[in-house]
Amino acid sequence: MVRTAFLTLLLLASLGFAGRIQLNGAGATFPYPLYAKYFSVYYKLTGVRVNYQSIGSGGGVRQLFAQTIHFGASDAPLSDEKMAEFEKKFQTPVVHVPTALGAVAVIYNLPGVKEPLKVSGPLLAEIFLGQVRMWNDPKIQAENPGLRLPPLPVTVVHRSDGSGTTYIFTEYLSKVSPTWRERVGFGKSVAWPTGLGGKGNEGVAGLVRQTPGAIGYAELIYALQNKIPYAAVKNRAGKYVLPSLASVKAAAEIEDFPKDTRVSLTDTPAPEGYPISSLTWILVHQDLGKNRAYKNRAQAEAMAKLLWWIIHDGQEYNEPLHYARLPEVAVKVTEENLRGLRYNGEPLLR
Amino acid sequence: MPNWLYQRLGDRLFAAVVVLLALGVVAAALAIVAVLYFGGREAFATFGFFGFVLGRVWDAVRGQFGAWPPLLGTLITSAAALSLAFFPALSTALFVVEFSSGRLRETVAYLIDLLAALPSVVYGLWGIFVLVPLVRDHLELPLFTWAAAHAPALLPILGPPTGIGLLSATLVLALMIVPYASALARDALELVPQSQREAMYALGATRWEVIRRVVIPYARAGIFSGVVLALARALGETMAVTMLIGNSVNLPYTLFGPASTMASLIANEFTEAEDDLHLSALIAVGFVLLLIALVTNLIATWMLRRMSHGEGRR
Repeated sequence: MVRTAFLTLLLLASLGFAGRIQLNGAGATFPYPLYAKYFSVYYKLTGVRVNYQSIGSGGGVRQLFAQTIHFGASDAPLSDEKMAEFEKKFQTPVVHVPTALGAVAVIYNLPGVKEPLKVSGPLLAEIFLGQVRMWNDPKIQAENPGLRLPPLPVTVVHRSDGSGTTYIFTEYLSKVSPTWRERVGFGKSVAWPTGLGGKGNEGVAGLVRQTPGAIGYAELIYALQNKIPYAAVKNRAGKYVLPSLASVKAAAEIEDFPKDTRVSLTDTPAPEGYPISSLTWILVHQDLGKNRAYKNRAQAEAMAKLLWWIIHDGQEYNEPLHYARLPEVAVKVTEENLRGLRYNGEPLLR
Repeated sequence: MPNWLYQRLGDRLFAAVVVLLALGVVAAALAIVAVLYFGGREAFATFGFFGFVLGRVWDAVRGQFGAWPPLLGTLITSAAALSLAFFPALSTALFVVEFSSGRLRETVAYLIDLLAALPSVVYGLWGIFVLVPLVRDHLELPLFTWAAAHAPALLPILGPPTGIGLLSATLVLALMIVPYASALARDALELVPQSQREAMYALGATRWEVIRRVVIPYARAGIFSGVVLALARALGETMAVTMLIGNSVNLPYTLFGPASTMASLIANEFTEAEDDLHLSALIAVGFVLLLIALVTNLIATWMLRRMSHGEGRR
């Protein structure tokens, strides 16, 4: 009797298990808290289980190429060469699905300075090049007429580990300073001309907090959660903008949003936008059937529906977790891209 | 198992298990060497072995990779930490064996062993929150201001007094390796026969003379083994150094300023290295680190053998 009941239970459990759809993804660490929230809510809504491993953007891209995961996630869009390599290998293009916006805050430690510091892009580049060495340098003073800047030496703090945060920050500096572009360039790890390196956001923030006169950069979320002072950065429209959910979202409100969403938002032309903002993406094959990780159409359909949910209903979870929502223009473009998703040639959404 | 089978097979089985396990370890070691070599081949092929080892530029953006800055950082921190740690380690060992007894002896020995059991991230945190402010405010800043006023020529050697850098990393590293050197030295000192000491005392020697002329010479092979173990530990230490050294590959290094070691460089850049050459260069750094460990070990074995010969002749 007990035995029969047990066997029935086992049978039911295995049936339920077989009927359940599971998707695996890996990549960027920056949106990890947000994705964890998305996937736990989505599991409760639909029963589709999504595993996400935050192994870093680079790893995510590599695993997607290796077809071990259903989707990758990256803080940087694939380069044109990588796009071409992808299409050549799989005979189908990669689709970038933006999910949220993040920003890099310029954090500092200036004892006695209460009001937020103001910096322009070129000044920031000069500071990180080691060309402006004292806080009371006339160049800094000129942008902060009201502040009494201490005669402290500037200590530059940067990330020592490779990171998407560094990518966004150095890409911004490369856009606003020809000297930076020429001498350093941009990437996830760069050859810093000066300064101390800290591992992770917490490493940089720790060093900045500990060192009077330090200036560094960290994800906005990290600066907000840990109440570290951050600077207002001058955008292309000439306005000093503090990073906030509103100003970061505003950064993506640009007129000619590209169809593939691979747009760099640093030094944005948007008049109210914070200039060191960036999108973060989920990457999938356009024809999901070309990715060996998909075993059947049901899985591919679940993936397409999940993405559709993320850019619509999922967006409401962004702001409570300090990620900016996608602006309407980005959602519209992405809807089109999602309608283009296929499984062995057959469309998945209508 | 029947008795006859046991007698026939027992020892063979035992031998087979021992040999298999031992070979397994050897195979794992060889596999590590192979993986590091083949993983790093692309970097060695691109820059040449010596071009890579002696290259002074590490720039992932331009795809230029030279291991010299982190190599130099590893050598400097390890050598400096070892020379800082040697006398304290020997002194604690001498204190435990020669100057204390009973509960005091047990407590001190236990505390030193405990230092070895602390995770290195704990050393890193302690370094950041306790040592760095201390070093900055009471050592680096006073020295720097003094030099600025009286000896400006020293300033380029001292470097920026931020507390994070070569000096703090070396100090914490030294503290971390003391227990390794000390534990082996202690064991060696304990093995010195009491009769040796008594003979010396009988000749009217003072305690200092006994230690200098009998105890230490007798135990020197053991003491030296401790030094080698400590050095190996210093060469490979990653976490605490990464947290304290400031992670800069810009030469020349300064006393207070940031630097970089091979282990910390790998730990920093490995996770996000997308470019094949970058990844290969990081693995190649691991290979060079392995070579350095190998060379140190060979030298150590050779010196140890010479020392034991010396003992025999005595």
